[in-house]
Amino acid sequence: MHASDQTLNGSEIFIESLRRENVEYIFGYPGGSLLKVYETLYDVHDIQHILVRHEQGATHMAEGYARATGKPGVVLVTSGPGATNTVTGIANAYMDSSPMVVFTGQVPSSLIGNDAFQEADIVGITRPITKHNFLVKDVKELAATISKAFYLATTGRPGPVLVDMPKDILNASCIFEWPETVEIRGFKPTIKCHINQVEKAAQKIAASKRPLLYIGGGVISAEASEELQKLAIQQNIPVTMTLQGLGSFPGNHPLSMGMLGMHGTYWANQAVNKCDLLIAVGARFDDRVTGKVETFAPQAFKIHNDIDPTNVDKNVKVDLPVVGDAKNFLAGLLEMMPIETESRESWLAEIKVWRELCPLTYSNGDDALRTEFVIEEVSKQTNGNAVVVTDVGQHQMWTSQFYTFLNPRSIITSGGLGTMGYGLPAAIGAAFGIKDRPVVLFCGDGGFMMNIQELVTAVHHNIPIKIFLINNSFLGMVRQWQELFHKEKYSFTDLGESNPDFVKVAEAFGCRALKAENPDSAKAAIEEALAWNDGPILVDFRVVKKDMVFPMVPAGGSISDMLLARLNPKTMV
Amino acid sequence: MKHLISVLVENKFGSLNRVAAMFSARGFNLESISIGETEDKEISRMTIVTRGDDQIISQVLKQLNRLVDTIKVIDLTRQPHVERELLLMTLKLTKTQQHEIFELINVFKGKVVDIKQKSITIEVIGSPDKINTTIDIFRPYGIKELARSGAVAIHRGE
Repeated sequence: MHASDQTLNGSEIFIESLRRENVEYIFGYPGGSLLKVYETLYDVHDIQHILVRHEQGATHMAEGYARATGKPGVVLVTSGPGATNTVTGIANAYMDSSPMVVFTGQVPSSLIGNDAFQEADIVGITRPITKHNFLVKDVKELAATISKAFYLATTGRPGPVLVDMPKDILNASCIFEWPETVEIRGFKPTIKCHINQVEKAAQKIAASKRPLLYIGGGVISAEASEELQKLAIQQNIPVTMTLQGLGSFPGNHPLSMGMLGMHGTYWANQAVNKCDLLIAVGARFDDRVTGKVETFAPQAFKIHNDIDPTNVDKNVKVDLPVVGDAKNFLAGLLEMMPIETESRESWLAEIKVWRELCPLTYSNGDDALRTEFVIEEVSKQTNGNAVVVTDVGQHQMWTSQFYTFLNPRSIITSGGLGTMGYGLPAAIGAAFGIKDRPVVLFCGDGGFMMNIQELVTAVHHNIPIKIFLINNSFLGMVRQWQELFHKEKYSFTDLGESNPDFVKVAEAFGCRALKAENPDSAKAAIEEALAWNDGPILVDFRVVKKDMVFPMVPAGGSISDMLLARLNPKTMV
Repeated sequence: MKHLISVLVENKFGSLNRVAAMFSARGFNLESISIGETEDKEISRMTIVTRGDDQIISQVLKQLNRLVDTIKVIDLTRQPHVERELLLMTLKLTKTQQHEIFELINVFKGKVVDIKQKSITIEVIGSPDKINTTIDIFRPYGIKELARSGAVAIHRGE
């Protein structure tokens, strides 16, 4: 322990600890139990406090920042309702393994358990949705607890950690001691892969005729894109990515297969079906990827590299588990694999046939505006170089299909939890972290309303995000399922009559806004939005109501059950 | 199949809750759980009885390990171990049955811990199987109340 002579109060210890963790931004909202902290914050200038307008917004902002930068996002909220409002954001970060530290105020220790004003057992509430959480019971433990929280959030598989700080702890004083190292007896993640397992994997790859890399978000959080690209290109292995893995391998490379799974490409899913070797790296065989597990990659020997051993054999039984960091695994493979390898020409030719048979298409040529067109146009105009944030639903899946991601940390999206309302605050958070690339948000009209209050935060801080509102006046993905599987009963998904005029709404918030109703005006509006850097700008794209996302593997179905747009006349609306 | 798992955890408030909550959140079966301090007062030992096929048990062990408060997880099922449970049970006492009850207490190596005019409280220690049998045998005599500790277990020494 490093002791300094300083006696500080709990609030000062809190701030000083954040400094030691090199925190740039706190996304927060004040309240009764945090008054002392906010008193201290008033004179702090090296850490910027971003005032949100709802605590859920703070959590998504922190996550957007974390995913864009790789650094942990920091949230500060008061006790009771302030704390409970963070629950969705914490659950989201937990499902998508995003590093985040959430600090909650708590009623004074003596009142805990008394149903005091603004009391909630947030440690109890968030236990199943945090990597770990703490209630600080003594001011002397505060600094060490904060240091542990950051260590846990960022080490091994990243995730959210919550620290609950009672009011009396923040007022009490002690000598500030910052621990030089963190030692947690029960937390020793395996970073380095077992060499024998990597060797076996290398042999399998060398012997395979039809290998396929199945890449998840773990490759991005491990900063292993470079190793992945080298390995795939050197060994001629096609690469398919999960939603969170997009960008780890450049989408314009001939070996890129795009996304797999429910709304994945036809050729990626066919390749999964026919490969003789599946190399899963930093992916967790999620049900949206596998469909029916019994028929997933039926001919393949399955290698699974993951930093979290619980992911191995959880959904799909694998043949060769390799627990450890993705970068370590891929670098190990690169070292062991011979440089000259098979060209795998017949396998790649087979994939090419599938690709040509069912490419990603959408109807065009009429004057109607379609989401696919908007996304493809944004992809072209940004040269695949934007940080793309999405909300949840159809536009999210179309983004995976029609935006060509070239770099890691370029898609920020709620994959695991599927949180509507995630997009706007996440985009703002990402823009705080990334200043040298445009940050664009694709958001449906349903999800936009769920955290619309954060538009104020963007306006107030002059955040130049491009809000591309994909407005079909419907909860489009639910509508799609209603049409396909629920007798076309569009139960409570038509927002047409109740939606506000989003241009007026944005303007009332002080945000510049445009409207586009056909492909030509859309193109021009995108140009204008990308050129505008004086604060946020919103474009209300009035897209067709009844478009559906294809291809589609119905939930729980096999890849052979895949619905292709061109086989379904209903998509020609 | 039944599994007996011994878990060493940090002796902190909430540790038991984290383990129990993990079982319910993941849909694992939890037959019994018992917890107490060990020779090191910073560490508690939990003994967990659960059921599942190999795939489920492997997930149970990994998920237990994943909890930050967990220090060590041992599946004792296929290793030499000693397993014990404590039963406390109050029975109706009638003149006619008195002798039989006392004989049975001897058979099960039980102890009388309390006796009143119309009731008798006994303790029996043994494997959960023995405890099950004990309860079955005494049931016809009229069980007023019973409490089981859940299994505790430990490796056999070398």
